[in-house]
Amino acid sequence: MSTAEVEIGTPPGGAGAKAHVRRHHFSWGDPLFRWFTIACAAAVAVAMFVLIGVLVKNSWLAIHTNGVSPLTHVDWAPPDQFGALSSLFGTFVTTVIAMIIAVPLALAIALLLVELVHPVVSRVVGTTVEMLAAVPSIIFGLWGFLVIAPLMGNHVEPWIQTTWLGHLPIFSGTPFGDDILTAGLVLSLMILPFITAVSRDVLKMVPTVTKEAGYGMGSTTWEVTRKISMRYALSGIAGAVFLGLGRALGETMAVALIIGGLTTGIPHSLFSQGTTVSATIALNFGEAQSKLETSALIELALILFAITMVFQALAQVWLARARRMSGSRA
Amino acid sequence: MSASTVNVVRSPLKPRRMAGRRLANGLITTGAWIAAAIGIFVMGWILFTVVIHGIGAWNWAFFTKLPPQGQYSPGHGIANCIVGTILITFGAAIVGLPLGFFGAIYLSEFGRTGRVASAIRAITNIVLGVPSIIAGMFAYGLIVVPSHHYSGFAGSFALMFIMLPVMTRTAEDILNLVPNELRESALAMGVPRWRATLGVVVKAARSGLITGGILAVLRVAGETAPLLFTALSSPYWMTLRGPSSYFGGPTANLTMFIWNSANAPDPGLVRMAWGAALLIIVAVLGVNILTRLLFQRGKEW
Repeated sequence: MSTAEVEIGTPPGGAGAKAHVRRHHFSWGDPLFRWFTIACAAAVAVAMFVLIGVLVKNSWLAIHTNGVSPLTHVDWAPPDQFGALSSLFGTFVTTVIAMIIAVPLALAIALLLVELVHPVVSRVVGTTVEMLAAVPSIIFGLWGFLVIAPLMGNHVEPWIQTTWLGHLPIFSGTPFGDDILTAGLVLSLMILPFITAVSRDVLKMVPTVTKEAGYGMGSTTWEVTRKISMRYALSGIAGAVFLGLGRALGETMAVALIIGGLTTGIPHSLFSQGTTVSATIALNFGEAQSKLETSALIELALILFAITMVFQALAQVWLARARRMSGSRA
Repeated sequence: MSASTVNVVRSPLKPRRMAGRRLANGLITTGAWIAAAIGIFVMGWILFTVVIHGIGAWNWAFFTKLPPQGQYSPGHGIANCIVGTILITFGAAIVGLPLGFFGAIYLSEFGRTGRVASAIRAITNIVLGVPSIIAGMFAYGLIVVPSHHYSGFAGSFALMFIMLPVMTRTAEDILNLVPNELRESALAMGVPRWRATLGVVVKAARSGLITGGILAVLRVAGETAPLLFTALSSPYWMTLRGPSSYFGGPTANLTMFIWNSANAPDPGLVRMAWGAALLIIVAVLGVNILTRLLFQRGKEW
């Protein structure tokens, strides 16, 4: 400090300019720090592009050999049939079942947490439901396979067949329990906490003033929710649903344990065994007999990646729209 | 036109009957409670099942001995799987946490606006949703294929790839909660930006960052799908070198043990799988709840 002041006191000209530089002496610390953090932040993005490159490279053999035939053929039956449609069909059906069960449940829980109960109760209930998200997939699988599947096969599914629903072809066949319906059911419980958490945050973003205006008009809680909160939070809820959808599409271990891994044919009944894209990969990778089969499995992974990316991107777009509407930052 | 006229005539002076509206409200409230009850019930059911089935497998040998090779026989354990899971998770955390932490500093301290930061943020959000089995395929293609062998290290890489965006986004949210006045007063004291960030902003957000870090580690600790094509499993103790080491070959871990034993014909092995599941549940949920309780205050600014 003192040297700087002395130098400022020297006559103007070259020496003065030098003093100016020295007083605000340039430090490498800040630019280095900035670039270091940019490099760290960019690592995720770089990794994502490397990931795409690696998947394409390792599935190239299958892409080159089979062309688009996986997308037009049903059966996955190595060594020569690498159809993806049976897997894609299973992924689609289990995801639909999971969404049908999870979305209404999640929205109802989110509504309860935000509008209906005391904050303390909300916190306890919310944390308990959130804990479902912390239960590892393999444990859902173990529970689903050893507890839920026998229950479904011995009691629930035979009971469904005794009701009028049993006449529908989708509930026909011998119920074994480890089938598409059970897989979808367990899947719904796995994505429930994610949809709940995001919808709760979205519902919380609805301005209190707007809701109070509704209550001031004499509306009931449900009317305020339906006519004000839901409208306000619609894009955010769409984002939450897509987020859950993306999770359901890629979920592996639990589904692989429960669904049975039947990779040929399109099942006609929900009580039939089946497979999903991720289950086919998980169940067949270890026993792959040829380079071509391994490569074809990686091609399946690439297809799964592409599908989930679409829904993730959709979720992000809707959530960004919700945030813009409420004026809060990302 | 006519419909709205009818509406205007009716609605302000003659509201709908209150009973119907109350009924709808009551039904929805009941429905919401039932939904929450289902969620809580399932959580309790899973916990109950895992404890009931798993506790029988817990004994001294379970934590100190190796798994049975081939046929099941009593007196075996999963000690090598415990060590392996800790090591693989630690390997992921040691890279993933700092990388995510500094990435979050960029997003919250330098990149609140701007195209580069927005692009990175968007991609991070998308990577957050990449299925974990894809992360395993990534590590397989990047590490297992070139090195010609499976390894725990490849498993760590896959877990790191899952952990990274979780840590980045969580830490960014927490750093954003630090009031700007703190940054301004630090800079007004004349300290360089990097010291203001690390010494003041990060310090202020410390407990939140620790919570976020621990939750990010827990998020991957119970993963199985990324280890299917990377760490695999092993019935042996880990060695420092050679085909049984962390870098050199398949590495034992808890989740792959469950995956391999769940279908086993021998009920003894299935019981061991439940025992391993109980261990994971206790560790993951226990640390999760403990962290939330200990560092709860860090959330409120």
